[in-house]
Amino acid sequence: MDNDMILELQDITKSFGETQVLRGISIGIHRGEFITFLGSSGCGKTTTLRIIAGLEEPDSGRVILEGKDVTALAPNKRDVNTVFQSYALFPHMDVEQNIAYSLRLKRVPREEQRRAVAEILEQVQLPGYQKRMPSELSGGQRQRVAIARALVNKPRVLLLDEPLGALDLQLRRQMQVELKRLQKRLGLTFLYITHDQEEALNMSDRIVVMRDGRFQQIGSPAEVYDRPRTAFVARFVGSANILRGTAQAGPGGTMLLAAQGGAVPFLPGERAVAENSPVMVAVRSEQIRFEKDGKNGIPAVVKEKSFTGGMLRIAFAPDSGEEVVASRHGIDLDLHPGERVALSWDPAAAVVVEEDAG
Amino acid sequence: MSKGKKKSAAAWLMAAPLYIFTLVFVLGPLVYMLVLSFLQRAEVWGVTSQVTLDNYKNILTPVYLRTFAESFRLAVTSTLLIALIGYPFGYFMAKLRGGWKRAAMLGLMIPFWTSSLIRLYGWIVILRSGGTLDKALMALGLTQRPLKLLYTYPAVLVGMVYALVPFMILAVYSSAEKMDWSLVEAARDLGASAPRAFFTITFKLTLPGLLSGVILTFIPSMGLFFIADILGGNKVVLVGSLIQDQLNQAHNWPFAAALSVVLMALTSLMIWFYRRVTHVKELEGIL
Repeated sequence: MDNDMILELQDITKSFGETQVLRGISIGIHRGEFITFLGSSGCGKTTTLRIIAGLEEPDSGRVILEGKDVTALAPNKRDVNTVFQSYALFPHMDVEQNIAYSLRLKRVPREEQRRAVAEILEQVQLPGYQKRMPSELSGGQRQRVAIARALVNKPRVLLLDEPLGALDLQLRRQMQVELKRLQKRLGLTFLYITHDQEEALNMSDRIVVMRDGRFQQIGSPAEVYDRPRTAFVARFVGSANILRGTAQAGPGGTMLLAAQGGAVPFLPGERAVAENSPVMVAVRSEQIRFEKDGKNGIPAVVKEKSFTGGMLRIAFAPDSGEEVVASRHGIDLDLHPGERVALSWDPAAAVVVEEDAG
Repeated sequence: MSKGKKKSAAAWLMAAPLYIFTLVFVLGPLVYMLVLSFLQRAEVWGVTSQVTLDNYKNILTPVYLRTFAESFRLAVTSTLLIALIGYPFGYFMAKLRGGWKRAAMLGLMIPFWTSSLIRLYGWIVILRSGGTLDKALMALGLTQRPLKLLYTYPAVLVGMVYALVPFMILAVYSSAEKMDWSLVEAARDLGASAPRAFFTITFKLTLPGLLSGVILTFIPSMGLFFIADILGGNKVVLVGSLIQDQLNQAHNWPFAAALSVVLMALTSLMIWFYRRVTHVKELEGIL
């Protein structure tokens, strides 16, 4: 076994009644890593977390924590702690009692408990809040207490289930930075669950993109963003456009994506693309080029133009296939709905992607 | 300013029926009873206008004091049994899923469609010498001869528990229903065993329900005279039965009133004490 692995999931499946939620997932998580499970609701990410925490039992597969099979262990016998989405602070206990709950169970001496609570409250920037009741705290403060309560026990792995979901955007951004700092400082392993790709890209060492109970791609934020493996990842993480066509040989090591009478060059990269086979590329909106009444590219019609604060968003409808979106800095552009354009991109900006797994 | 005043006048007007109702049907009879308890009974029927403390002095004789003690003992015992049965019932009912929960609620409600008196007669059929219970026990070979359960203290206890346990179940259910079960998961996650999580989290958070259940069952069990009358015969005499005897049989209204006042004072004292001891804010609503 790799000594660096703190947590391993081996081929885990789980169904609730007729619905298969997890279809055999496996991953090794490194010590001290900040790993994020990213996916939309219903993809199985929360179930994965609950299985690791022991709150749910998998139908098959194993959970290995520090080389020990913990699959059948009760949640209180596992050295992992969870920050729940709803915070789940005990309403009848003050902040100190909430945080010291696990220490009390371990019969840590009173003085030591008090010291540990003061210390962790310092870490989450809530010094002096010991005697407050949860009902007297703001959402952000409750969040910090929930994190402190889960951290005070120094768990092998800290599980975080969309912990920032209930906070407003500004606070969420601030907490992202703080969480990342906290994780670095304490050197703990964080397993983070979110549906927000920006959050995932911002904080993670590695991202696991999930869909329909399967892993779509595992990689660093840069990898997942720049080199999406599947069309789903490209769309979900990078909000990229997916363009389909037929692969043809192009000039100087490039290939051409031919569709609707137009052809645009792309670099096949490390992926083998056979000539005359269907091909799919992902291109991010800022990389989409458009030429009014142009001939070089895929023909399309301007559908709508909208200003989204700092960025201008233009949607095109190709003669067939799904909508393509381009974005530009600026306020307005001499382009109007109904006008014809030719769409193209820088060959290096297009990434060949696979059909979605599953 | 004037608008606010107008509003509050309207609010008073709307609340008026409530105050009038309380005045006429609660406060009025209460004052009447209090006054009555200080008057002397007339030779055959009714009261004279002579003020006296004799009614209260009469209560202090051993036979009546014993009745109070017996009532109190029965109320405490039945409340305890009701809590032991009702708490788990209400707790598990709150954990049932949709359809099962509705079925359990219906099962709890159906007996209320029949008069409680008739249901008590049902208990006579079960408990009487040679009745359903005796037959069953003898058929199973567990007993050789009839147990003579009817008209005993345990029979009254069974009747009390049976009549009042639904109130405990509903009180516990309503507070368990509001429980956020993720708190229990959080406790387990933080290292608590299942029993530990139950006692430190679930029990603490459903305590208000249990406590209001205790009050909802303790007060009536001090006064439910017909249960003692029907299932206890003349063997078990409770304050409730005593009051109704004095009123209907002996026609001693002042003494019945004095007994009622003392019973009410004792119960209020108990509740006051209970509140002091438990400090449960959620009780404010029902007391």
